[in-house]
Amino acid sequence: MSTLLEMSGVSVSFDGFKAINNLSFQIGEPELRAIIGPNGAGKTTFMDIITGKTKPDEGRITWGEKNISLLGKSESQIAREGIGRKFQKPTVFEAQTVRENLAMALRNPRGPFDVLFYKKTQEGADRIEAIAEQIGLSDALPRLAGELSHGQKQWLEIGMLLAQEPRLLLVDEPAAGMTPAEREKTTEMLVNAAKTRAVVVVEHDMEFIRRLGCRVTVLCEGAVLAEGSIDHVTSDPQVIDVYLGR
Amino acid sequence: MNRSFLARNPSILWFLALLGLFTLVVTVLSEGLGVGMISTSFVKTLGKTLCLCLIAVAMDVVWGYCGILSLGHFAFFGIGGYAIGMWLMYARTETIVERSLANQVIPPTPQEVSDAIASQIFGVVGASELPSLWAFAHSLPLQLLMVVLVPGLLALVFGWLAFRSRVTGVYLSILTQAMTLALSLYLFQNDSGLRGNNGLSGLQNIPGMGDVPQGVLSVWFLWASAMALAVGYVLFAFVTSGKMGSVIRAIRDDEARVRFLGYHVESYKLFVFTLTAIVAGIAGALYYPQAGIVNPAEIAPIASIYLAVWVAIGGRGRLYGAVMGTVFVTLLSSWFTGGGAPDIDLGFYRIQWTDWWLVLLGLAFVAVTLFAPQGLGGLVNKLKGARAKEAKA
Ligand SMILES: Nc1ncnc2c1ncn2[C@@H]1O[C@H](COP(=O)(O)OP(=O)(O)OP(=O)(O)O)[C@@H](O)[C@H]1O
Ligand SMILES: [Mg+2]
Repeated sequence: MSTLLEMSGVSVSFDGFKAINNLSFQIGEPELRAIIGPNGAGKTTFMDIITGKTKPDEGRITWGEKNISLLGKSESQIAREGIGRKFQKPTVFEAQTVRENLAMALRNPRGPFDVLFYKKTQEGADRIEAIAEQIGLSDALPRLAGELSHGQKQWLEIGMLLAQEPRLLLVDEPAAGMTPAEREKTTEMLVNAAKTRAVVVVEHDMEFIRRLGCRVTVLCEGAVLAEGSIDHVTSDPQVIDVYLGR
Repeated sequence: MNRSFLARNPSILWFLALLGLFTLVVTVLSEGLGVGMISTSFVKTLGKTLCLCLIAVAMDVVWGYCGILSLGHFAFFGIGGYAIGMWLMYARTETIVERSLANQVIPPTPQEVSDAIASQIFGVVGASELPSLWAFAHSLPLQLLMVVLVPGLLALVFGWLAFRSRVTGVYLSILTQAMTLALSLYLFQNDSGLRGNNGLSGLQNIPGMGDVPQGVLSVWFLWASAMALAVGYVLFAFVTSGKMGSVIRAIRDDEARVRFLGYHVESYKLFVFTLTAIVAGIAGALYYPQAGIVNPAEIAPIASIYLAVWVAIGGRGRLYGAVMGTVFVTLLSSWFTGGGAPDIDLGFYRIQWTDWWLVLLGLAFVAVTLFAPQGLGGLVNKLKGARAKEAKA
């Protein structure tokens, strides 16, 4: 397992409030990693920084074998480097069909003229079918994404991530608002995806994290509080104090 | 653009068929080439309406599909009109000047000819030299190139600056409106090189076609306008269908999300903005020879707002909606403002439609926005729905 993404000494403040404080983090490929932390710990901000939405005040972020810097790259460039993201609030294109949503995410050239003259291929269609199968939306392909249930939208968004074929997936609270059965299915999808790539999952639900069965990083006040197996971090007195004890 | 593209979008074929039928009927009934039931001036009105439909379709693509409420597209339309107008005026004046100088004993030098043309065209603004803007005015191909290049480049530069700084929503609308206003104010100046508020006139007289009666010319322009609308419609239908359509509608609905999918949103907006500006320029170049005159008032911001009103009333996000809205509003407008609607005497007040029509239009716009966001195009859905129900029953 080689290091895919390395973040070191990153800080961000919003109007003087330090949302991320000298944070260092690294993840290999393939690897599944869970991030937990109380509300406002900076988990979403952490993803914003990696994906280029928020520019850090200081620190370094390097990516891939060549250790290229992600700082100064735009959101779309970072996405094309191979970093995909699922948002906390499910964001799919509700006015379009499930198929269109997935087709847009498929890994293909992204320039306006490539897209204008894009010809549908059998390969692409097969790929969409395969992903729909994985996310349990095979029958929903012609439906509008806006008609899906909350849980299905979350899956569609995960499906869009898979279609992008990223090397790193950042998944923000995928199980929020899901039924226990849906959660189980989501766990399975993420564990599967992490067989060949790096996956970072932010979640509040301990049971969900436990089922992922992976290394856990605890964030608090914008910094890493503890890191290790789920049993290790849940027995850490500091972690119990700030997070679990409440 | 393969067969399956047209086959997948039957509404395009319907539209083309209706447009063809319309053109044929008008031709047969026209004064110039047909039985004379439609006057030449009304043929011109219809031809102009087709040009307005074309710019409305462009507006629908940029606003309805891509979510950029541009209040500047009528400026591109006006620029197209000016670009063709410069050649029309120059070439016609050149013929007149050459004819009057031909009687001289010593043949005139090119400089004399040029000076005579300049003082003819610019006498009204007290100038007698041809401004450098008119460097290409002698050449039809070059001015035709300007019809495309000037709106295209202006849109490209303006769009690049605006989209790159991520100006969106209302702020972008205000910015486009400011651009339009600046252009219009510039053109109002007498030393702008474009005859100030006189604008360019006599554009209905096509150089070299002095023998062709206006009645015939009006039908030819109707054909050209219909052809341009047909080509523009198919082009935009192609752009807004398939994957490109998917991406630009996604940009309208959530551009940040599109960025995280790896698309460079700004390039897409720039593409749509520039392409629609070019089409707007072409529409203007066909419109103003039928109108006969182009002046800075045409470019005033209000014109671009009307454009948005037509598209909204017709129904955003469907191309035939833009056409329906334009036809409906412009024809109704000429009925009301042309004295077609009888005034209403309320005893204490007399409603004169020439004044009150705009109020009515404003109210209609508000009502459509609030209660029928799908506009007139929504009626088509209702019809389809009713037919589907009938088929089931
Ligand atoms: N754009 C912003 N402007 C100002 N403050 C912000 C901004 N984004 C985040 N913050 C603040 O930074 C802190 C960290 O927010 P963040 O959303 O990363 O937390 P989180 O760990 O994802 O919390 P949750 O579990 O509630 O999703 C919060 O206090 C938040 O209010
Ligand atoms: Mg969060």
